[in-house]
Amino acid sequence: MAQIEVDNPVEETWQGTVEDLKGLVSPRALTGETMLLNMGPQHPSTHGVLRLLLELDGETVVNCIPDVGFLHTGIEKNMEAKTYIKALVMTDRMDYLNPMGNNLAYCLAIEKLGEIDVPERAMIARVMLAELTRINSHLVWLGTHSLDLGGMAVMLYAFREREAILDIFELVSGQRMMTSYFRPGGLWRDLPDEFVPTLQAFLNDFPNKLRDYETLLTNNPLWIDRTQGIGVLSPQDAIAMGCSGPTMRGSGVNFDMRKAQPYSCYEEFDFDVPTGEHGDVYDRFLVRVREMYESVRIINQALKRLPKGPFISNNRKYVPPPRAELGTSMEAVIHHFKLWTEGFKLPEGEVYAAVESPRGELGCYLSSDGGTHPHRVHFRTPSFILISALSKLAKGYMLADLVAIIGSTDIVLGDCDR
Amino acid sequence: MQTATPPVLKDPVVQIRGAFPDAVQDVIEFRGETTVVVDPAHIVEICRFCRDTEGLEFNLFSDMTCVDYYPNDPRFALCYHLYAMFDNRRLRLKVYLAGDEPHIESVTSVYPAVNWQEREAFDLMGIMFDGHPDMRRILMPRDWVGHPLRKDYPLGYETVQFTFNYDEIQRQKPMAQQ
Repeated sequence: MAQIEVDNPVEETWQGTVEDLKGLVSPRALTGETMLLNMGPQHPSTHGVLRLLLELDGETVVNCIPDVGFLHTGIEKNMEAKTYIKALVMTDRMDYLNPMGNNLAYCLAIEKLGEIDVPERAMIARVMLAELTRINSHLVWLGTHSLDLGGMAVMLYAFREREAILDIFELVSGQRMMTSYFRPGGLWRDLPDEFVPTLQAFLNDFPNKLRDYETLLTNNPLWIDRTQGIGVLSPQDAIAMGCSGPTMRGSGVNFDMRKAQPYSCYEEFDFDVPTGEHGDVYDRFLVRVREMYESVRIINQALKRLPKGPFISNNRKYVPPPRAELGTSMEAVIHHFKLWTEGFKLPEGEVYAAVESPRGELGCYLSSDGGTHPHRVHFRTPSFILISALSKLAKGYMLADLVAIIGSTDIVLGDCDR
Repeated sequence: MQTATPPVLKDPVVQIRGAFPDAVQDVIEFRGETTVVVDPAHIVEICRFCRDTEGLEFNLFSDMTCVDYYPNDPRFALCYHLYAMFDNRRLRLKVYLAGDEPHIESVTSVYPAVNWQEREAFDLMGIMFDGHPDMRRILMPRDWVGHPLRKDYPLGYETVQFTFNYDEIQRQKPMAQQ
């Protein structure tokens, strides 16, 4: 047998030094007995630019070391250099499938710190839009997850439905994805007149369509074969690893921020929190699909009780006056000028506000030094924690199942890297 | 996890004060949130105490973050956000760390969820966590110099390129030097 001259077989696949690898992979990898394989960062099934360093024994995953940071854009640092209102725009860009939810977490933190009141119309509208965003995000997840496992049709259907939601976002905010529609104290502008009929039409249609799409997967033997018993996460592990959202609920832990610590009048709505039993990929799938029905339920209730009235707080220290007032009131001009040049000041202190994003607990830690810029903003993003749990989830499964496992955690890399 | 008989709620501040009388430096109630400022030397024991004591049971680790109070001293603060799932309470443990290259014991032994968050604090703020299983940079490239979220780390910017300064800017780009 010809001797192949390789000084160190590891060096070829790993861009760091071998010293970095020690402790991450098993000693067998360093001798070349098991294979090291880079999955990503351009792999389509990693749902963004995620790189996984895999140690494979045949097709079995021995170790999975996630490497993130490819989408790190320094949002937290940038926000410190902007006024509170300007910084809001950056929150959309973190989790680009959940722009309204990100806005909501940030606005709740500001409102908590500044003790800003939010009118009821704005709160109900926020609930509706946050739930629409959840459906939007879950649809993208459903489409891409099934595409990963070979179900092409579902993706096309899911994206078609998502288009209708994006149209509603465009209707209210003028933007399809980066909406920046929630502002501290309420909403950027009032809901347009066409909003309610458009949303109603969507809601009348959507559950039936979702049921149709579900028939493609829920009882499909191919789908069940690929997902049941794969990527099992025990409830104890889910809590220990800090997982939240559908990934945790798939393991049977009934934990939802909307129920646990209700915000934005979620406590006044009647909805269930679906949970799984086995904690495998299939249960997470079921939890998310059922969540979409629950979201429809919430929006339907919200539509019934959407009150008339102001859509943003009247607190002029934080909320700019309406355009019409500028022509008649000197005070309004002063407020307008102050708010759009210097920005508002928040009292010194620190708060933590959490919302239930489609992926889990999205927390916003806001620390203020009394100035017009945030002293420190930190987002506890669910994807970051979920990816850290990935190495535990993937261990021992086949390489082909890894695709299903990554998809089932529903990670968004923009959310992770910020 | 729900137990058959619901445990008696206990006040975390009283409990921590009772168990670690010297470690509690301050207690702040602000906007309905409880912050307990503790001695960095005892953070691991206090976390374990909060997790395991009946009636507290802060079993879910929500978030850990680092704040830079430059140029004040102590300069850094770490905020640990703990969550008790059985009665939906939050508790913030805060430690102040002096010096520019602070060290603190890692709490990964108590809450595995903190693993990447401590790596993030190391990467972006330069806090060293002793006993952490995998202390590498996480968001920044591995050969990055400095810790970008520190207050004395400047926020870089690029001059906008117009026709009048096109050549000037082009000359300063890294590719021009090669």
